[in-house]
Amino acid sequence: MTSTPLLRVQGLTKTFRMYHLDSMLHAFEGVSFDLFEGEFILLRGHNGAGKSTLLRTIWRSYLPVGGHVFYRSNHGEIDLANAADVDIALLRREEIGFVTQFLNARPRVAAQDIVAEPLLLAGVSRAEALDQARHWLDQFGVRPELWRAYPSTFSGGEQQKVNLARALILPQKLLLLDEPTASLDAGARAALLRRLAELKRQGVAIIGVFHHPGDVETLIDREINLSTRVVADETTEREDVAL
Amino acid sequence: MSLDLGLPALERAEPRLMRAEPLLTMSGISKRFGNVRALRNVDAKVYPGEVMGIVGESGSGKSTLLRMMNLEDTPDTGDYTLRLPGRENENLFDLARYERRMLCARHIGIVYQNPHLGLLMKHSSSGNVAERLLIAGERSFDVLRDKAREALDASEFPLDRMDARPIELSGGMQQRVQLAKAIALEPALLLLDEPTTGLDVSVQALVLDTLKRLQRDRKITMVLVSHDLGVIRTMADRVMVMRHGEVVEQGLADQVFQDPQHAYTQQLVHAKL
Amino acid sequence: MSLATLTKDWAATSYGFLDASAKRELRRKMLKAIAVPGCQMPYASREVPMARGWGTGGLQVTLTLVNPTSVVKVIDQGADDGVNAASIRRFISRVSGASETWDTLGASIVQSRHRIPEEMMREDQILVLQVPNPEPLRGVEPNISIARQMHADADYGKLWLTLYEQIVRKGRIMQGASYPSMVNGRHVMTPSPIPRWDVPKLNMARHLTFLSAGREKRLHAVPPYTRVEPLVFSDRPYLVEDHADLTCRRSGVQGFFMNELPQDGGGSVFEVSDSNLGIKALNKTEGAPTEIGETWYRNGEYSA
Repeated sequence: MTSTPLLRVQGLTKTFRMYHLDSMLHAFEGVSFDLFEGEFILLRGHNGAGKSTLLRTIWRSYLPVGGHVFYRSNHGEIDLANAADVDIALLRREEIGFVTQFLNARPRVAAQDIVAEPLLLAGVSRAEALDQARHWLDQFGVRPELWRAYPSTFSGGEQQKVNLARALILPQKLLLLDEPTASLDAGARAALLRRLAELKRQGVAIIGVFHHPGDVETLIDREINLSTRVVADETTEREDVAL
Repeated sequence: MSLDLGLPALERAEPRLMRAEPLLTMSGISKRFGNVRALRNVDAKVYPGEVMGIVGESGSGKSTLLRMMNLEDTPDTGDYTLRLPGRENENLFDLARYERRMLCARHIGIVYQNPHLGLLMKHSSSGNVAERLLIAGERSFDVLRDKAREALDASEFPLDRMDARPIELSGGMQQRVQLAKAIALEPALLLLDEPTTGLDVSVQALVLDTLKRLQRDRKITMVLVSHDLGVIRTMADRVMVMRHGEVVEQGLADQVFQDPQHAYTQQLVHAKL
Repeated sequence: MSLATLTKDWAATSYGFLDASAKRELRRKMLKAIAVPGCQMPYASREVPMARGWGTGGLQVTLTLVNPTSVVKVIDQGADDGVNAASIRRFISRVSGASETWDTLGASIVQSRHRIPEEMMREDQILVLQVPNPEPLRGVEPNISIARQMHADADYGKLWLTLYEQIVRKGRIMQGASYPSMVNGRHVMTPSPIPRWDVPKLNMARHLTFLSAGREKRLHAVPPYTRVEPLVFSDRPYLVEDHADLTCRRSGVQGFFMNELPQDGGGSVFEVSDSNLGIKALNKTEGAPTEIGETWYRNGEYSA
């Protein structure tokens, strides 16, 4: 673990402005924390506390209204809160991953091709990429007869396995997980846990929201509770987050 | 009455990490048709390999802007550059008609909503594709034939019908011929003007799928105009929202759809959902 | 002072039938046409005592070129003795005092419909072709304004496309006459309804050629020593009519463009299309002193 954080979130604030209701919806305000390489932070909070919203604001599906998200990219430090769209697109391609419970399945693309795509984009040879894709499909428990099938026709659970295999095949610097274990069976959950542990060892920083945090208990370094704005380190001792 | 309900989203900075220069740059584009201000000071940048979606209702100026990108029309004011070898700093609106035509034929492909605009209905489909190559100076019949076949195949057009006349084909097939014609010379820029509007929903999905495949395999830079948010959402990396000739909002596609900033965009997105 | 003193004396007709202003108009356009080879020049087409479509364009050019020392040959489909050819030739000589001939070698002006003589023409001769449709783009672009713009841009993609389509549909290029040809590498022209056989004769020819359409009021020209290249695909050679092995049943000449005469039995016999060449060949066999000039085709092969 290096001494400079990978991600420095400072006073991040998100408010939705809803014109048709003439109203504002405050999601969270003044959230600050640091995230180091290889660190796993769990976001806690009751429904509507803004856990997913915070992930999406860092990912920039949502535009923050205040604060900074300083990120140490391979190309230099940048504030994700106000970075240009094309810079965000570049980081999404190269360094930052986001895993949701939904697969963006495209018609007529085979499961193994969907999974191999990030490797192909990174310049890995086709044979090697397909090899790895099949390995991860296997790890997550997708049966070999489905590898060449089109996931748009799969059940939710199978789609999610393909989704995870694709999202986790390439070690990225920062991984945002939005309830990836929903609708997974026990075998796939175990595979996910193994892969996350491996990525963490490789230095990938992870922020996650889990419906059942017990699934990933062994990986959690710190918790941030958005309901009470309390952060906990790997011990059970709790302290207020400096906001 | 407009309530100022709080902070606006942060102003976005200039690109810092992206090392590639934009392929397409338009700046200060304004155009009047009589009393109608069709475009008001529109700026656009499209980077190599990305799909830019332009969304807006009829009369928002989106199609006028696309026509200008295809050099079919010139604005009252404004500059347009494409980063093509040797043409980096040239305002394309200043080109003579001949140069404009050659540049379009070689570097810009377009698919229109109305296939009659893009196709010679009474010539063969393969001939429609070959015409582009002929304009570019290809004079070998066998090469023309092969390249036409290749482009039609890439557009997933059934090759046993490659010599059928477009007028005998279904709407979806006509769009594939247009697409094959547009990509035959491997253009730097592919413009799509409501390419699936008017097609059956199932055919529309297939044509969009072909477009996605092409984009993935060939990394063609695309500008897609549509009033259909579903089409834009499926295809685009970034989105520009236009209204009354102005760009009211632009951003990453998922951001524009999930967290629209402008009242008009919210209305559009909610109307869709 | 009366009006009569200011005007010229009345005369029945101007020299060469056309009045001075008509000839000036034509001369200007003919010079322009020579200056821009293959480019169509619009002109004010006058009335001549002949219906439009019967060679009025060619006739006006000839009447402008002619002088009392000219020797005029007029051919219609290769023959000098057709009613149309004979009438035009007689008319020209009557209004200009020029002499008439059937002999290609002896003519100074050759006005023709559908054929270029088989004997090679010289620098001091002028060929005037009667053209029904001077616009090669008519088939692909009915709008004349747009067609002119296409010529200006050298935008011949659609023309090439029709040739592509012919190969796709029929396996070969079906264009029999008026084969579109690139002049001087710049303008595509339609060389009047001459057969494919005759098009190579225009390439780097020693003589000047005018092509004039009276009804369409446009003329173009191929100056001497100018490239005329039929539009062909690099891997589909230009083919002339398959007449190399045919023999004229009357004169016995072989290897020239023939007219086919269907017979009752279902077969055909052939006669050489350039009738004066046939006559000369006959004269020669009969021992009369006859000079047959050098021909463009030798033994059925183009060899100029």
